[in-house]
Formats: sequence, structure tokens, C-alpha cells
Amino acid sequence: MSATTDKDLVLSVRNLKVEFPTRTGLIKAVDDVSFDLHRGKTLCVVGESGSGKSVSARAILQIVDRPGRIVGGSMVLSRADGTSVDLAKLNPRGGEIRAIRGREIAMIFQEPMSSLSPIHRIGEQIGEALRIHFNTPKAERRARVIELLEQVEIPRPHEAIDRYTFEFSGGMRQRVMIAMALACNPSMLIADEPTTALDVTTQAEILALIKRLQTQHGMAVMFITHDMGVVAEIADDVLVMYRGKVMEHGPVEQIFHAPKSDYTAMLIGSVVKLESKAEGRQGRVAPQMAPKSLLEVRDLSLTFGNGLKAVDSVSLTVMPGETLGIVGESGSGKTTMGRCLLRVYDPQHGIMNFRRADGTVIDLRTAQGEDLKSARREIRMIFQDPVGSLNPRKRVADIIGEPLKLAGLARGRELDERVAALMAQVGLDPAWRERYPHAFSGGQRQRIGIARAIAVKPRLIVADEATSALDVSLRSQMLDLMMQLQDEMGLSFIFISHDMSVIRYMCDRVAVMYRGQIVETGTTEAVTGSPQHAYTQALLSAIPNPDPRDRRLDARVRYQEALS
Amino acid sequence: MSQITQLPPSGIDQADINPKAADIAVAGQWKLFWLKFVKHRVAVLSLFVVLFLYLVAALADFIAPYDPNQTNARFTYAPPQALGLLLDGQFDPHVTGLSMTLNTESMRREFAPDPENPVRVGFFVPSAPYTLLGFIPMQHKLIGPVEAGPMTSMYLFGADRLGRDIFSRVVHGARISLSIGLVGVFMSLVLGVTIGGISGFFGGVVDTVIQRVIEFLRSIPTIPLWMGLAAAIPLSWPPLQTYFVITLIVSLIGWTSLAREVRGRFLSLRNEDFVIAARLDGMSEIGIIFHHLVPSFMSHIIATLTLAIPSMILAETALSFLGIGLQPPIVSWGTLLQEAQNIRAVSQAPWLLFTPAAAIVISVLSLNFLGDGLRDAADPYEAHT
Repeated sequence: MSATTDKDLVLSVRNLKVEFPTRTGLIKAVDDVSFDLHRGKTLCVVGESGSGKSVSARAILQIVDRPGRIVGGSMVLSRADGTSVDLAKLNPRGGEIRAIRGREIAMIFQEPMSSLSPIHRIGEQIGEALRIHFNTPKAERRARVIELLEQVEIPRPHEAIDRYTFEFSGGMRQRVMIAMALACNPSMLIADEPTTALDVTTQAEILALIKRLQTQHGMAVMFITHDMGVVAEIADDVLVMYRGKVMEHGPVEQIFHAPKSDYTAMLIGSVVKLESKAEGRQGRVAPQMAPKSLLEVRDLSLTFGNGLKAVDSVSLTVMPGETLGIVGESGSGKTTMGRCLLRVYDPQHGIMNFRRADGTVIDLRTAQGEDLKSARREIRMIFQDPVGSLNPRKRVADIIGEPLKLAGLARGRELDERVAALMAQVGLDPAWRERYPHAFSGGQRQRIGIARAIAVKPRLIVADEATSALDVSLRSQMLDLMMQLQDEMGLSFIFISHDMSVIRYMCDRVAVMYRGQIVETGTTEAVTGSPQHAYTQALLSAIPNPDPRDRRLDARVRYQEALS
Repeated sequence: MSQITQLPPSGIDQADINPKAADIAVAGQWKLFWLKFVKHRVAVLSLFVVLFLYLVAALADFIAPYDPNQTNARFTYAPPQALGLLLDGQFDPHVTGLSMTLNTESMRREFAPDPENPVRVGFFVPSAPYTLLGFIPMQHKLIGPVEAGPMTSMYLFGADRLGRDIFSRVVHGARISLSIGLVGVFMSLVLGVTIGGISGFFGGVVDTVIQRVIEFLRSIPTIPLWMGLAAAIPLSWPPLQTYFVITLIVSLIGWTSLAREVRGRFLSLRNEDFVIAARLDGMSEIGIIFHHLVPSFMSHIIATLTLAIPSMILAETALSFLGIGLQPPIVSWGTLLQEAQNIRAVSQAPWLLFTPAAAIVISVLSLNFLGDGLRDAADPYEAHT
């Protein structure tokens, strides 16, 4: 498969099977999975949620959550001195596997927030593995930890070693985790979605760090991700999983450019589709800056009670029928800004002039009572979280019908018919209207949320990260649905996202937010094609490119402020 | 997007995710609540025990063979008599008779089993007329000696120093002891939901004041507080009035934890996306409270209430045991235990202690298990989401 010799083989997994006996039956989380890991090589395990990719990784260290258990297969770990051991045969609580964990095979997790202990100094946490495995004396341990912190590029390691977890940002915590994993010079590193919780620029830093350390230490890396872009950037070999089974296994070049399995092709297709503008939008001219804008925001500012300036003199314009994208990383204030438009928060300064259907202009910032209520019927919101935004105790028909009922637009049989029509419009079977939200998948729930938003025939929809909780294969479907509704109903969208690809796919114009301010606005083509602001350039260059022949991250630019 | 042919649908979102669960799909919160509850075996068993105990309390007049205050000087400190169903190979329910000798040295009545003279026991035996549940006229008891009279004895759980039947007294005591929990909890509910709701809804200064008051109340040691309040009840008050005041006293502390629970739910739910969505839909704050917030924490409230009943029962027992709660002639488990306070009673007639204590332990345990099961089921959506 690859040009490496057996000498470089670190781990050989054959026919691994992990099962979860549950009340409703046996779940085969990992079903007959085989792969090899070689020194200095990266194997990416890719799949959507529930594909068994994390369980496979955890099985290697025998840390599968109960009631899961390994029921078959072998996992042979080969050591440099020529000995080898079958991990599958070890007692999960025995001394042998404990001696391997952290020392020969290290793991880093997805959530940097919860995988570090908040009550220990980071120096102690990193040094713990050294104490357990080598009983290193205290002074020597400290020196080694400082050296590790230097390796993972944490600034001022002499001070950082005595700090607590909460004093670090997410990216820095993930660096601490990596330092911890490297403490005993493991021959293999398992990284379970280590960058999923991070911003794209931080992700690029962490990916580069892992790559550099891998070369230095000659580790084998097993990298679990759902992001095909990341796969293309870092993988040597790729294992595509779906529902516990291996769909395809091969070198990254082959996976991306000559996929053998339909599933791989579908996955790559849905990512590549988002690399360019939607077909229906390609010829579309952005609505001109007519004097009759739909929404005009001037110098909007919101300072929270704790002094945080979440929105700082933001000005933007939305034309009728236009889709304005707002892109930014976490903490940029984009969600707060979107919520200000609906007065979920009350901004202190500025103007939000909204042109009503009858032509009158209302300042949403100062609107009260009935004015605000009727304006909220024209501006609606789609939420990020498809679980939290639907009351689990209400039937779907009640959820979608609620705005209609409250607006006094329909009742009784007419309400029923309107709800059925709305469900059909967003691609849900109207026969399901007696069901509760728990009977729907994430994508279907998001459709319910969309139906609720369009129920009162709004003119502007604020979509806050409406696709980020969904698997990539569903994202473009959801975006296509929104564009179809836009064409049918003449809607305008404010589309808030951290993901440049969905912005590029859908939006006419885009505004880039950074620390509460809008640093750049322009047509999507102009901003993505030739970004002017240094931050936009850094942001764009940090986005992984789903093509292993053109690895973009190697040539990324850094924005100095973004590193702090 | 390229279609997948052989695989089950993933990217395609149209699929009915789990056709088996079609009835689950249309199950509302109470049905899910129940489905999750019945998986907790111990809790379901406890539910039956609790229902049985309350049934006994409601039908105490019918079940208890004697009036709880009926004395019999012949049988002071009579030991428990076991109920046998077969006599001489035939079905003939009976208890072994007791032969009594007066020990003149210790001046005690001493009882020995007398198998020669079994006391015949019948079901649905006639009795003096009484009204069941206050409105059904009855002339029969569930169980009793066939030939009732001062010379026959049927003391299933023994008799006390006045020859009163412990079984009848425990059955009657269940009325007071189990209902004081319910009434006390109901009062806690009213106070807790109102005050906690106000605290969570208005927030700010109101919230701060209420929370400080709750903290103050919780910092007072409960037993001395109850003692102080109970001591203030005039002895001349009729028993029923005392009963209600005692309930008030034990629920005085109980509402604080409930108020906190309600406030916490309010605060966490107010920021849920679906509440914001309802507000954007144009729903009024009152509408949000009653359509979204209250249904969301109702199941939690029920679980918390169930867990509060046993503490009320224990509080009443403690007060009565100390002699500052209910007073004889009112019969409650607490006053029954009071009888067992001296060492003589315990050494000579341990059934005075063990029978009411067992009743308390069984009811408190089963209510706790029941509450546990309800609490685990209170959020049935965790597993489904």
C-alpha cells in the first residue's frame, strides 16, 4: 500500500470488532476494521457522526465507553526493539495496557475545555505521565515540561508552567494537551478531532504543529476527523468509515482523485460542491445598492454588563432579495449582532432602519410594543442548534403553527392546512406533523426551524450558523433549500457563519467581522478572491483545501493579532 | 450530489429514521416519562408499595381490627400472635391463644403460647357500625376474632401497656403520618413554586432578597426551630388544629429547596433557544411561562416533591418522638414511637419499637426509591436527543 517497510510498522489492526449491547439490540459500532500505522505517517480516519471512527481509536487504548466491548480482531503494537504485543488481548484495567497508554500510544481529545483538569497547574498535568511511567525526579520533570511547552510554541514557558487551565484559550489548551501527549516520546499519537472545537485560524496552527512534531519525533499519527479539507491537508493514508464499516482505504491521492466507493465520492462531492458558488447563484448579479435598502444599520454598538464590547460601531446594508453573509470566528460578535437585529439584546447605540412592507421605515433599535411585535413578523430567525431551538414537549405542528396562531393569521382547520403546506415546502412529510422533535434527525429538525421561520411570510431571515451543527453531506441540501425559498418568496437573508465555504456558496455579499467590528465588506467574489484586510487574508488562507495536490495551509499567512 | 445505491441513506435526509419507533415518534413528554420510569424496576416496585401504604391509610377503619384507643387490661404488653391458616389439616384461620400468669414477684403479666386454645379468626367479621372514608356506612372489619370479647385476644403485632392493639394503632397512625407528608409537601409546593418563580422571573434585586432569605432559613438548625415553634402551640388547642400547625411548621423549611429548584429551572430555560424563538414569535411573557417553561419543569417538580415527602414524614416523627409534635390521643407513627422511649418498654416489649419503626422505614425507603425513579425519568429527552 505504501512504500514503508515492516520496520516502520507501529500498529497493525486486523478485523477489529467493537459492539455495544443495548436494550434495543446489538450495535456494531466497529465492524471488521483493519488498518496499519507506520512511523512518520499520518492515517486519517474520516466519517460522519456515528460512523464509529472515535470508537475505533478508543478501542486501541482499551478505553471504549461502557457497555461497549471489543469482541474480535487483533491490534498488534510493534516496538522498536522488535517485540510486539496484541492490545486486544490485554486486560483493560491491567498494568500492561496502562504502561502503554501515554508512554507508547498517546491520545489527544476533541474538547480542550474538558480534557484538562481545572484544579491542577498545567505543569503538573504534563509532568504526570513522566512521574507515572519513569518516576522522573521533580527538578528534571520541570525542565522536561518547560522543554515540551517550548516545543508546542507556548509563549513564555517558564511562567506558563505554573498557570491553571482557565488562563489559556482553546488553542493554547490544545497545545498543552499535545505537550502532555508528547511527554513520554510516544511512538504513536491518536488525535480524536483535535481541531473541531477550534477556529479555523487556530486549527491551521495546531495542524501545522502536529505535522512538525510528527516529523521531529517520527511518530505515527492516527487523525480522526469529519472534515475532508483537513484530511486533504495532512493525510498520507485515509480510512473512510460509515456506520462502523470501512468504505474505502487508500492513499490520500487516490481517495480524493479516484475514489472507488460511492460513499467516498458522495462525501468529497459534497465538500467540493461547497468550494464554489451554488449553481443557481453563479450568474446572479448582486442587487444594486438602490436607495431603497431593506435594512440599514448604522454605528450599532452593544456593550455587555461586564464591559465587553460585543458589537462595535457596526454598519451594514441589506437590499431586498439579497443574501448578506457575515463571517467571523468565535468571539467576533457575529451572533450577538444577529440577535441585536431582532432585539433579543438591546444595543445601546446606533440606528437599525428597517423598511416595512408598506414602505414605512422603522428604527428597530427603539421600536417598542406592537411595532416591535409586527416588525418581528417580517424579520425571522433560524437558530444554530437544531435540538435546543425546538421545544421537545411540543408537536411539530404546534411548533410550526405557533407564530401563525400568535399573529392571529390562522386557526382551526386553516392552521392545519397552512402547517401541512409549510412542511411540504421545506421537504418534510406533512403526515409527520403529530410527531415530536425527538423523532427527527438533525437535518429534519433544522427544516422544522426553517418552516417556523417562514410561516408568517417574513421578508428578512437572520440565519445564525444554520448549517454548522449538520454533517457536511446535509449542509448543501439545507443551503439549497434556503435559496429555493429565497427565490419563491423574495426573501432577504443575513447569513451568519464561521465557515467561509457556506458563505461563498450562498451569499451575494459578505461582511467580515473581527472583535466586534466589520473589517471588510464586499461582494463575495471580491472578498474571497482578493481580500483587502490582513485579517481576511489570514482567515482565507487558513481554510483547508479539499485537494491533496494543492495543500493550502503550507502557504498560509498569519494575522499577528489573531495569534494572541 | 451523487446518489448512494447500496448503502442505507446517510446524506439523504428523507428517511424515516426509525420505523420501529413509530409510536415513540408521536409520544408526548408524559408518555416518554412513563416509559423511562418503568425501566427503573425498584422505583416501580416502590410505587406499588407506596400505593399500598396509602390504600391502607385510607381504609384504616376497615383494616384495623380494633379501635386504636380501645384498651384491655387483661392483655397489657401481650406479645405478637402469629396468624396461622391451617388447623388440624383444614383451612381455619386462627392465632395461637395466650395463657397469662401473673408474676407476683415482678408484678408483671407473663404470657405463654397456649396451642390448646386457638383463637379463631375470621375475615369480614361483624363489628360495631362505623363509616368508611367518612361516608360509607360499614358493619364489618377485614379481619378479627370470630368471637370478640374482652377474654379473646388477637394481637398480630402485640399490645402496649394499656393492652391496645399495635397493629390497629400502626394502621391508624399511617393516616396521620402519611398525610402530613402530603399536606406539608402541598404547602411547600405552593410556597416554593410561587416564590421560586418570582425569584427566577424577575431576577435582580427581588431575586437577591429572596435568595438571601432562603439562605437564612436554611441556616437555622431545624430541630431547635421546630421545638421553639411547637412549644408555642397552646396545649388547649384541639388535636386537628395542632395537626395543621405542625404541618405548617415542617413545611416551613421544605419549600426553600423547591423554590431553588424552580428558580434554577427558570433561569436555565429562559436562555434556551426555543424560549427565545417563542418570544420572537410574539408570545407574551406570561404565555411563555405557561406554554413553555412550566411544562418543561413540571416533571422535575413532581420528582422533587416525591423526594420531599419522606423528609416531611421523618420531621413529624422526630417532633412527635420528642414530645413536641402531635400529642396522644392522636395516633401517629411518631406518637407510637414515643411510647417506646423507655428502656423498660424496649426490653420487655420490643414490638412497641419495631412495628412503627418498620412502618416508617418501609414508607420512607419506598418513597425515596420512587422519587429517585421519577427524577431519573424527569428529563426523558436526554437519551433521545
